[in-house]
Amino acid sequence: LPLMRTCKEVTALVIAREDRELPLTEQLALHMHMAICKACPTFERQVMTMRNAMKQWRNYGADD
Amino acid sequence: MPPQIPTDFEQQLVEQRSYLMRFARLQLRNDAWAEDAVSETILAALARPQAFEARSQLKTWLVGILKHKIIDSMRQRQREVTLDSGSDDDSADPLEHMAFKADGHFAEKPADWGNPEQDLKSRQFMAIMDACTQKLPAVQGRLFLMREWLEMSSEEICKELGLTATNLYVQLHRARLRLRECLELNWFAAR
Repeated sequence: LPLMRTCKEVTALVIAREDRELPLTEQLALHMHMAICKACPTFERQVMTMRNAMKQWRNYGADD
Repeated sequence: MPPQIPTDFEQQLVEQRSYLMRFARLQLRNDAWAEDAVSETILAALARPQAFEARSQLKTWLVGILKHKIIDSMRQRQREVTLDSGSDDDSADPLEHMAFKADGHFAEKPADWGNPEQDLKSRQFMAIMDACTQKLPAVQGRLFLMREWLEMSSEEICKELGLTATNLYVQLHRARLRLRECLELNWFAAR
């Protein structure tokens, strides 16, 4: 139970992971939540899409 | 063999000016500072053309110089960058805009953005990215771009601007969620 997180907490963790390494307990909590939640994996994919978008945006114009 | 310097090197540099200005403006949020950073970049390139290796893209090389000039500019204006522009950042957490129930779980599933591999390469998408980045509050936008465009680590940003890690993470958290919201409204929902 101490590892259980709400969707709101998990979305914050997914975002935080972009800028810092999460403590092991938070990583575990995130994995546990993702395994049983139908909504949060979609949010996680959105964040991954944004990560790819940033990569393209960084290079935009550098290669015509 | 010495590296090949294009005969129209100066002309090529001038042609890159608007591209460099676009990023300098986004990052510094001040036209005069951006002009300075870009001018210094072009002067540095003119002073050492032999440093340009023709096998890399001229733009890529210039952006590398510009990043250093932008960081120098921020260093010189550290007080203005970190304090004077802080007042326009509201304190609302964009997470509050998302549809959560009282128990903290999603009220409805987030939208499926699909697999927008081609979208991400289109000029229109890049224009939306530019617009969404410009819409970020000044401090959030600057920190976000230091992280994502200048590719500085969180530790480097904190050291550079004298921020605490907690403060930086809060601002980046808000910036990322705002950007997500902006992309969803202006691109993914509008497709």
